[in-house]
Amino acid sequence: MIARLNPRSRRDAYGSRINRDHSPLLAYSVPWLTILIGSLLPLIPMASAIPLIPPMGFLFLIAWRLVRPGLLPMWAGFPLGLFDDLFSGQPFGSAVFLWSVTMLVVEGIETRFPWRSFYQDWLVATLLVGAYLVFAAVFSGADIELSVAIVLIPQYVLSILVFPLVARLVARLDRFRLLRVRSVR
Amino acid sequence: MAPPSSRRSGHSRRAQFSQFTGYVVAGIGAVVGAVLLGLSLWQPTLFGSLRGAASDVAAPAAEVNGAARAESLGFIESVQGYLRAGRQNAALKEEMELARIRLSEAAAVKQENRRLKGLLRLQEDEVRPVAVARLVASTAASTRRFAYLAAGSNDGVTVGMPVRSPRGVVGRVLEVARNSSRVLLLTDSESVLPVRRAQDETVAFAEGRGDGRLRIRLINLGINPLKIGDVFVTSGAGGYYRPGIAVAVLSEKTEDGGIARIISDPAATDFVSVEPIWQPAALIGARTAPDEALSENEELMQDAETPIEGATAENAAAEPE
Repeated sequence: MIARLNPRSRRDAYGSRINRDHSPLLAYSVPWLTILIGSLLPLIPMASAIPLIPPMGFLFLIAWRLVRPGLLPMWAGFPLGLFDDLFSGQPFGSAVFLWSVTMLVVEGIETRFPWRSFYQDWLVATLLVGAYLVFAAVFSGADIELSVAIVLIPQYVLSILVFPLVARLVARLDRFRLLRVRSVR
Repeated sequence: MAPPSSRRSGHSRRAQFSQFTGYVVAGIGAVVGAVLLGLSLWQPTLFGSLRGAASDVAAPAAEVNGAARAESLGFIESVQGYLRAGRQNAALKEEMELARIRLSEAAAVKQENRRLKGLLRLQEDEVRPVAVARLVASTAASTRRFAYLAAGSNDGVTVGMPVRSPRGVVGRVLEVARNSSRVLLLTDSESVLPVRRAQDETVAFAEGRGDGRLRIRLINLGINPLKIGDVFVTSGAGGYYRPGIAVAVLSEKTEDGGIARIISDPAATDFVSVEPIWQPAALIGARTAPDEALSENEELMQDAETPIEGATAENAAAEPE
């Protein structure tokens, strides 16, 4: 009767509530997998001249952390950074250190500014990515000269502009993550 | 609105402890990361095998992607070609006329060269590439400029081998895994390459600047003889690269040399070839400490000399014919 009056009465945003539930595998693997894929993305374009592609793995990490707080554990920076280091071309340990510190810093920022809005997230991401790019360049083992510092600017601007897209994508993936796909008997 | 924080663990001991553990583990992660970073800055090759195994796994996927990239580049170029076909056709015809004349002149020179070399009993040495493979990936987000090559120790690639495209030098093999290897591109700020000006013997170092261009540093300081547009080729010093491969074109003059654009941009190349190290004996000499006698490394020296002996034997065999 209710179903006839309102066909969506037994559904929520994630699908039918009858006989269906969230899949723990999907719910917990999606954030980790997207960050791992993000770490691999910068390999694809052949950018030989300057580092132009935003550090996608890092962007996905902070997007998940800021858009969906409480989902990634505090120590997530360690294993994810380990994977990123295998492919990024940075000295091994650079991402392990920087990503772990990032998780701690975001925690600190959240304690200090507990409010939540997209623009605040964007501002935090802007600061974090800037610091990350500078420290990654310092740790990369390259000679830091003016020319190296200048070429970070386009990459930084691109990263700032890409962050809203990544945040929207993460929000979509967060809904996908909680789809009711597991049948309950 | 401030969200209800999950950090406030309330009076639950369990929640308090698990939160505390989270902070501790994240802190330990950061410390371990710092230690790893220090180790790998101190010994850059320390984690090479780990990275190698990872790039071996990623290489097949990257290979497919590399092929797709090459095809899309070709498509864009052919569309551009249609757009300026008419004007280009006229220009090309004129160029072709001139090229024909130059070609016949070159054939004469080649003939004479062969005759003179025959008189001097010099052998034509053609360098056969160790492997021909695609550059499949690059570190596009890092400050370091590395590329990944879809050939590794299974194809006979070893550390130090020069990598070149048909246009010129691309870089040098830095780490070798089983089916992939990591290439230090010329534009990396740690890359140094001995070069000379193509038309004379002005020798210089070409160092990567990290922004896609090379800094040309003249070895003999004095009045800077360089002109914009000068082409630099490898000089063969150092023993890695054989001499005469194109490297860069000067685009800007500075006090001690200039800034040059690279000729063989890896982004525009499809296949590259890995060449054997030009003079392995010179490398052994360079690695030996100055106060140590070279003859102590007899085994290595013999290894290095065998190809040369083989070449002379071939010469001797060829002579009676």
